[in-house]
Amino acid sequence: MKRQVPVIITFIVGAVLIVSVFFPPAERLGENFSVFFDIIAVFAFFLGGGNLIRIHGNKIYRRQKDWAFSAVTLTGFIVMLAAGLFKIANPNGITGDVAATGSLFQTLYYNIFYPLGSTMYALLAFYVASASYRAFRAKNKEATILLIAAFIILLGRTPLGVYATGWVPESFSLLQIPNLAIWIMSSPNLAGQRAIMIGIALGVISMSLRLILGVERTYLGVDNE
Amino acid sequence: MTMRGANRPFCRFGLSFFIILLLPAYLCGQESIAPPSKVVAYDFKYDRGEAVELSWQLSPDDKGNGSISGYEIYRAEDPLDSFISIGFVSAGTSSYRDKSVYKGQSYRYQVATSSDGHLYFSEISAAVVPRMELINWNLLNLFIIGLFLCGSVIFFISHATRGKKLFIRKIAGLEAIDEAIGRATEMGRPILFVPGINDMDDVQTIAGITLLGRVAKVVADYDIRINMPVSRSLVMTTARETIREAYMGAGRPDAYSDDMVNYITDEQFGYVAAVDGIMVRQKPATCFYLGAFFAESLILAETGNSIGAIQIAGTAQPAQLPFFVAACDYTLIGEELFAASAYLSNEPKQLGSLKGQDMGKLLAMIVIILGVLAATVSQMGGGQFFTDIHQFLSNIFTVQN
Repeated sequence: MKRQVPVIITFIVGAVLIVSVFFPPAERLGENFSVFFDIIAVFAFFLGGGNLIRIHGNKIYRRQKDWAFSAVTLTGFIVMLAAGLFKIANPNGITGDVAATGSLFQTLYYNIFYPLGSTMYALLAFYVASASYRAFRAKNKEATILLIAAFIILLGRTPLGVYATGWVPESFSLLQIPNLAIWIMSSPNLAGQRAIMIGIALGVISMSLRLILGVERTYLGVDNE
Repeated sequence: MTMRGANRPFCRFGLSFFIILLLPAYLCGQESIAPPSKVVAYDFKYDRGEAVELSWQLSPDDKGNGSISGYEIYRAEDPLDSFISIGFVSAGTSSYRDKSVYKGQSYRYQVATSSDGHLYFSEISAAVVPRMELINWNLLNLFIIGLFLCGSVIFFISHATRGKKLFIRKIAGLEAIDEAIGRATEMGRPILFVPGINDMDDVQTIAGITLLGRVAKVVADYDIRINMPVSRSLVMTTARETIREAYMGAGRPDAYSDDMVNYITDEQFGYVAAVDGIMVRQKPATCFYLGAFFAESLILAETGNSIGAIQIAGTAQPAQLPFFVAACDYTLIGEELFAASAYLSNEPKQLGSLKGQDMGKLLAMIVIILGVLAATVSQMGGGQFFTDIHQFLSNIFTVQN
């Protein structure tokens, strides 16, 4: 029973969502299921928050290794939660907008949270450089093609690329590096991407059918019989 | 006195100038703005009767020179109500979709050209009643393709259940899962499983969780630690259930702990920072990234690379695939992520579904090849017949709305 009920629910919800695409009267049902999901997710948030407090609280209480990081996490969580929940320093008081100008929540968001997020994102630039260095080493035939394509695209996006092949006559304009870069992006690259997209779409259909028909039950922790 | 007397001829001239030249010009200017014409309102097809489509012919004065600011849309409930404004569109726009209507109610529309704060009204449109259609015929092509794909998947599932042998090509990333877990066992280090940053309503996350079930079973057999930081509470509860069941299936329910899966934050970069910290501190021997990833993909994979972990990634985000390919040891590209669980199960039913999926690929290939041929012949002057074929094949995969 414990395993059959989720499979039945999955079948009903999946079937209704498919039907709602093709039959307008059932559209509302499909939208309702999305709303149900949001409601469940809101309740699950309490589980998440509770789990965060329990795991990091335990770490601090038992002075486990790296407990200081847990202290920072918990402090951040509690301060931000209190600032938003009680609308501390909110010019309009408890009835005001949670992110009102001057509120502690907004101050913390723009002065601590936002710069920290941007810092993490900025790290991407360095990681791109190190990953490119490894990926573009001409170890074999495929890597060499990748290296040449990447070199042309990088050069094609800079003034140097325009300058280097500006002398190529118009009748051979495809050989100008910026045009070559555009061609690589819009022909071989796009064709490859579309092939991947078609594969993904078919994969999604196949996986959805396995789930709806109850053939795939691993997500329930059950091997398929 | 002197001053007033001196100004009098000037004032007289100014007044005359205004009356003779400017006033007619002003009046002419007002009269020259024409309202839009041929306002047609019709029921938006194949919906629940909740939209009316409105189109009109632009005012002849709408020449893009800024003399007209836009068109104000007015609506009245037929027959008694007065007209009220329901929307505004910029100059050059000749259509509007009214989504604030009720099924079965009759409406009339009027469109006004707006210029310098003045409105110039069109004729009133004929009455329109939004109605609900039972079937969305616009999606008929999609329905037929869907039916073909579902049919072939179900056919091959039943075909495989009858004991027919199916050939499925090897997927290197999945073959390496046991090896990667074995490595972690030898090194005595944990395994890190990252299910992406989307919730359980994303099929990629579900695919990641189904793979987690397989991974957790091997982990339970080998008696090693698995750590799964998640960014969504629902993913946390689902993953816990999946791992618990896997441990029970392996006959080691006592070894399971809720702490194996822990919630961090919904915030993308907060989550990345925490997972990076876990990687650097715990130095897992194996990292799995299976699910929906965005800008964090490379940050995670490069950090994993820097600690020397063996990494297996899989996502259906085409933009993130190059990053995973560059930084990970094995990458499940798009469909391979969805096929992974079926592939690992080695069960006829599941493998049959993969074979059915291949029929979809075959259909796509045939349509692409025929489409390319028809387009080429049509371009070379092959005639209307090939143009029509090309158009037909293009329309097969086009969703009309």
